[in-house]
Amino acid sequence: MKTLALCLSLMAAPLLTAPAMAQTPCCATGDLGVVVERATGSLLLVDRSDHAAIGRVEGLGDLSHASVTFSPDERFAYVFGRDGGLTKVDMLTQTIAARIIQAGNSIGGAISDDGKLIAVSNYEPGGVKVFDADTLALVGDIPGTSKTIGLVDVPGRRFAWSTWDSGEAFMADFSGADMKVTKLGDVGKNPFDAVLTDDAHTYLIGLFGEKGVTAIDLWDDVPAPVRFLQDYGKTEDDLPVYKMPHLQGWAFTEGQFVLPAVGQHELLWVNRETLEEVDRTPTHGQPVFIIAQPASPFVWVNFATPLNDTVQIVDSRNHQVVATLTPGKAVLHMEFAPRGAEVWISSRDDEKILIYDTHTREKIAEIPAQSPSGIFFTARAHRTGL
Amino acid sequence: MRNLAVIGMALLAALGTAVVLAIAIALPATAEVAAERAKALEHMVIQDCGSCHGLTLKGGLGKPLTATALDGAAPEALSQIILDGVPGTAMPPWRPLLTEEEAGWIAHYLLKDKK
Repeated sequence: MKTLALCLSLMAAPLLTAPAMAQTPCCATGDLGVVVERATGSLLLVDRSDHAAIGRVEGLGDLSHASVTFSPDERFAYVFGRDGGLTKVDMLTQTIAARIIQAGNSIGGAISDDGKLIAVSNYEPGGVKVFDADTLALVGDIPGTSKTIGLVDVPGRRFAWSTWDSGEAFMADFSGADMKVTKLGDVGKNPFDAVLTDDAHTYLIGLFGEKGVTAIDLWDDVPAPVRFLQDYGKTEDDLPVYKMPHLQGWAFTEGQFVLPAVGQHELLWVNRETLEEVDRTPTHGQPVFIIAQPASPFVWVNFATPLNDTVQIVDSRNHQVVATLTPGKAVLHMEFAPRGAEVWISSRDDEKILIYDTHTREKIAEIPAQSPSGIFFTARAHRTGL
Repeated sequence: MRNLAVIGMALLAALGTAVVLAIAIALPATAEVAAERAKALEHMVIQDCGSCHGLTLKGGLGKPLTATALDGAAPEALSQIILDGVPGTAMPPWRPLLTEEEAGWIAHYLLKDKK
């Protein structure tokens, strides 16, 4: 991406210079990413290979719980903001290509497997809205009175989500001429997040209001909720949860799910086939993200405030903590290079992105950023569920 | 007219401050919080409370906490919620992390709707 500046100047030049562009291929986005700067409502564009920030796009509103998904060509980043803003950012020109305020308060979104539809899950008013990925024109509206959580893309132009207040799960199918919405079932009290397994087989829903995890087999002709881990979840005796765990990073490794305990400083290891708990790992704090280091037996874990200066690495074979790092104050997120060689860690209160070599577990670079939270590499464009 | 409006707003702001001061004086629980700690508390409200309630406190999984949304709430009641949480919801008890004075400071901070 060293040629980006050249590329940008070429793009500004008249059309006549187009052949020059052909001779100087540029503007690839495969090693780019974005960092959400939550307090300033901006997006920092980063280059993975150069360990550098390459630009900043501002004016994205309240990004206190922002997430990002990418177009299949990895050119556009779709940013879902807390204030209901949906912003399409052009990574090449570093500008806002389109922006709408589609609700009063939203929590996340996903792009369909064909890259044509963007779905957003909303808190206020509740429900899900679906937009044309090109124009951001509304193509589907599924209103509801409940806050929606855990929205995932499901192969076949479908999306699934759950509802915090009413404890239900739904599927919207856009494969036909008309949108078809199906209720998948009642899943339990106050689901806090949900995730799709990497093979799109199982939609897993974590509960906050009662014990247990709900699984829905999406390969089944008639998907139905099944409850497992009946003693998983929070009770009154448990520790306070100062930040909701996130399940998007629920790691699927060594034939297991790894789940963050809710109200306990533990990871739970569950056999993927039998849904039986196989082990627990005591951790430094309340786990927030548990993310598998690609092509390795390890998962990396960060924690809720006030124990959020620490990251632990756990071996999925023996469930032992193998390393404890203190990268910086208020570690909010971790994103791996797609092949796992390095991990980028955001330290909100040190105002930095810290880059670690996953082999040596040593810090190899830092990038200044303003209150950074989520880090999203363009390789996410090709991952099911996001 | 513009001058008048400015004076009016200044008066309103002064009045608001006076009311809050009066409440503060009437409430021994809101004892002094050192300036440095107050800065840390403000950061905590924006960033950590903001995780659920929104950075602008307009709400999220948690309810909105703007001064408008909290209109009329008693600072003692807010302190209590901060310290002990709301059972059956996602609001945790912050007592392990905050003193009563600090919770009182946050309650007043919210009611003043500081940006």
